[in-house]
Order: sequence, then structure tokens, then C-alpha cells
Amino acid sequence: MAEIKQISLFVENRPGRMAKVSKNLSDAGVNIRAMTIAEAGDFGVIRMVVDNPDKGYKVLHDSGFTVSATDVLAVEMKDSPGGLYEIVDTLGANKINVDYAYAFVTAKAERAMLILRVDDLSRAKQVLSAKGVKIATKDEIQEI
Amino acid sequence: MSGYWDPHIERMPLEDLHSLQEDRLKSITRYVYDHSSFYRQRFKEAGVEPDDIKQLSDLAKLPFTGKVDLRNNYPTGMFSLPMNRVVRYHVSSGTTGKPTVVGYTKDDIDSWSESLARALTSIGLGRGDVVQVGYGYGLFTGGLGLHYGAERIGATVLPTGVGSTERQIELMQDLGTTAIACTPSYFLHMIEVAEKMGVSIRNDTKLNTGIFGAEPWSHETRKRIEDATGINAYDIYGTSELSGPLCTECQQKNGIHIWGDFFLIETIDPKTGEQLEEGKTGELVVTTLHKFAMPLIRYRIGDLTILNSEPCECGRTHPRIMRILGRADDMLIIRGINVFPSQVESVLMKIPEVGDHYQIVVGRDGPLDAMTVRVEVTEKGFSDKIGDLMSLKKKVAKELKSVLNIAAGVELVEPGTIPRSMGKAQRVIDNRKV
Repeated sequence: MAEIKQISLFVENRPGRMAKVSKNLSDAGVNIRAMTIAEAGDFGVIRMVVDNPDKGYKVLHDSGFTVSATDVLAVEMKDSPGGLYEIVDTLGANKINVDYAYAFVTAKAERAMLILRVDDLSRAKQVLSAKGVKIATKDEIQEI
Repeated sequence: MSGYWDPHIERMPLEDLHSLQEDRLKSITRYVYDHSSFYRQRFKEAGVEPDDIKQLSDLAKLPFTGKVDLRNNYPTGMFSLPMNRVVRYHVSSGTTGKPTVVGYTKDDIDSWSESLARALTSIGLGRGDVVQVGYGYGLFTGGLGLHYGAERIGATVLPTGVGSTERQIELMQDLGTTAIACTPSYFLHMIEVAEKMGVSIRNDTKLNTGIFGAEPWSHETRKRIEDATGINAYDIYGTSELSGPLCTECQQKNGIHIWGDFFLIETIDPKTGEQLEEGKTGELVVTTLHKFAMPLIRYRIGDLTILNSEPCECGRTHPRIMRILGRADDMLIIRGINVFPSQVESVLMKIPEVGDHYQIVVGRDGPLDAMTVRVEVTEKGFSDKIGDLMSLKKKVAKELKSVLNIAAGVELVEPGTIPRSMGKAQRVIDNRKV
């Protein structure tokens, strides 16, 4: 399966909340691969890709956070001008909407990784694969 | 259908009940006049004598009393008997002002227990039940009141009191608790704690009945509690001035039977003091017919309710008060509009995406009053899209506006952020008071 489980959590926008989240993950030995925060005034949503999503979810849920696991795509993109364009152009041309996206550079630094939440996951996989875009697997994310 | 504790009294034909009430009204009026200088003076000011009270409708001739009288006569100026006849004191928590003291004779304690014995029987409890009393013991009337009532019907009492929630849940399992009595907000907290402990109240305990009161709660909260745990949740009513918790709904869950041989109830327009006809929302006024250390005549409790003396399907003839809307003291006036916390609660509990706990914060936005309702986002309602959360916020605001007729801000907060209460929940923070 090429979908990656992203962990999303609801947090209030006030000092110390991020620290509480990262402390919980750190204590459980869960490593964050990528993360982004979307804020909307007095609250926000933290989204992240971690090496062990099941454990990450459990740890945060058990410590009282409102957590959800969302299927997202992790695709490799060239770490050079035009890398992002190639991917989103393919999706756009196929009328697939990107709800949100964030990127990170892998340790090897040859390729960047783009995390995408789209409205039609299976078609997105299909059209990107057809274009020769490499979609990362769960194991690959774990091993980065 | 459960049986009756005292079928003769509970099913007494209305005519007989009224004649019993009339006799008791006449004698209690004479009694307070003879025993209490407070009442003698109050009657003189109102130009009324005990002999003027000949029938039930003469009740309206008697002057009102209220909490302010208890405070002005602190500690025992309202008592009708000397201290050596009093076997117990309870002292109110003073949440809405100075504390008030209530005294009981041995007979008063007996009537109190009798009232609860009838009530607990009416919800199906009896010998063989284990009743966990999670109300505070001590000066507060909740713990000891329920304790005596449950013992009288032969149930086994587990007097846990308030707090040590994890231990309460362990004991509930180990000793096979079948009924719990506590505030509804504390029970909601218990459900949360049980979940964290991996205990399902529905599957891992024998609990089948809840007796919830000491704070106003809504039908919607009842539904949440019942859906979450599979128990039957009943409303209980009473106030410390009248002895403590006294009366509950019967299994019909359609109003609380107020025992007519002990109390005479009426509703009045809170502004004019005029008696209201049945079916209209008004302030509850109670006259104690069978209480001797500190009888109360036309005592204005401050709770708003509706009277119903239609015969109940359970066969009991005693009048009912429909669910308490709130205490007149709890009513918030926001931009000139009356708002009861219970109205906010009934709106929120219908929205599955918000949690069981909430808080109302009132402040000022420039010269205007501003109300914000804080709700917890549950995992059930959580989408990781900001747009969905914004829609939830709008939905809550829209529902509140349609019921309250004023705009309220909505703040989404993390679960566990709103303080959990073990006794009466502090739902309102009013920052307007200086």
C-alpha cells in the first residue's frame, strides 16, 4: 500500500501546546519525519508524518489529544526547479484537487518528499505513477 | 413497573390528599406562629393570623419567605424549636452568598428519609441494590440524605462520597454497584475516567440506574448519559432549605413527584409574586407541611419550573414539577436577554461533534456584553481540515443563536481543557462583575 497514515491533531493556539505534543512523541520514541501546522485563530491543526504512525496515534490519543489518522500520499519529487510543478500539473490536468500539501527534503538530499492530501487518492496514485512519479511506501518513510 | 414504598399515601385520591394538606397547612401555620418570633412578626406585617387560614386557597394570604430571611437570621433565627430538640445541622455551601443553616428534629430526619425511600422505590430500587453515594458527605445534604434514604429501602449503601474517581470505579466493579447518585457532571467525568482505565460502564459493571441532581441538567444530557452507558438516568430534586435531596422522577421520566403530604407547592410570577396557573413557567414556592425544627412558609426557592398535577401513569397522585429550567440566580442577562446555562447545554448536547463538558464565559466587548461558549472537540467530530472545524464552529454558533436569540462566540478547545467538577459544576464565568 502506498498510502501513508498522517497523524492530525487538534490543538489550541497557546504557549506550550507544541511542546506537549513533541514531548509525548519523544518519550515514546516516535520520530517525526515531516510536519506542518495550519492555524485558524484560536486553534490549529498539526499534521505530521512519523516513523511509527500507529504508536504515534496511540500515544497522543492516550494523553488526551483529539487525534485522527488520515490517508495521504507521499511522492518523491526532484529537488530542483520544476519538481513540484510536474506533480501538481498532472493532478490538476486530471481534475484532482489538492486539499493541502507540505514537503521535506530527505537525508539523501537527492530528492524531496511531498506529502499530499487529495480528494481522490486512488486516481491520484494512478495518474502520478503513469507519469513516472515515484510514490513512497510506508516502509520507505519509516526508513528515511 | 416498580412497586410503591407507601401505596396508601402515594396513590391517595386527590380529594383525600387535598384534605390532608389542608389540615397540615392549618396546623403548621398555627405552629410557626406560636413557636417562631420571626413568623409571628412576618404574619403581623402581612396582616394575617393563623385563623385566617381555613382552606388551601388561603395559602396566598401568607407572606413569602426567601433565602435572604435565612441569611438575615443567621445562624438559627428561623428555627421554630430550641436547640435541644435539634438532632442535626446542615450548612449550605453558600455558592450564591452567605451560608445558611438548616436544623432537623429526629422526626424531620425521618420524613426526609421517608421521602427518599418513596422516590428510590419509584425508580425500581430496593433490597439487593447497591447504591453508590457519590455526593459529598458532611455539611452538604446530598451524601447523608441519599445514604439514609437508600438504607431505609434496604439497599446496600456504598458511601464513596466525592473524589478518588478511579477508586470509585474499581469499587463499582468489585462490589457490584447497581445505582449511583451524584451530580450529572461528575458522572460524565466518571465515564471519561472509566474509559481511560479501559473500563466500560455498560459491559464491565452492573450499573443500571443513575440518580442525578444538585445542578440543573437537560434532557439531552440524559440522552448522552444513557446512550453512553446503557443506564436509566433519573432527575432528583431538593434543596438544603427543604432538608436536602427529596424527590425524583418515577420510571415514566416525566416530571418529579413532590410528596404532597410533606410539601405544598405553587408557582408564581417572579416579578409580581402572583400565583400562576398550571402549565406556565414560574418560580417554585414551597411550604413545608411536616417539618418542625425549621418549617418554611411560602419559601421562594428561586428555581423556575412548571407544575403538573395531572395523574401520572405510574399511579401516583402527587403533583409533579417538570424539569428545572434553572435557578433564577443562575440566569444570565446578556444584552438584555435572559439566558439560562441549561438552554446552552441542551443545544450543545444535540451536537455530536462537541464533548460533554462546556463553559460559558461572559465579558464585555466595549460597552456590550459578550458571551463565548467553550466546547471541546471530540475525536468523533474531528476532521483535519481547517474548513470543517470552522464549519463546526459556525454550526454551534448558529444553533445557539436560534435558541438563545443572541449571538454567542464559540471557542473550540482541546478535550480535558474545561475543568471537571466533582460536585456542582461551575459552568459560567462572568467577568463582568467588578
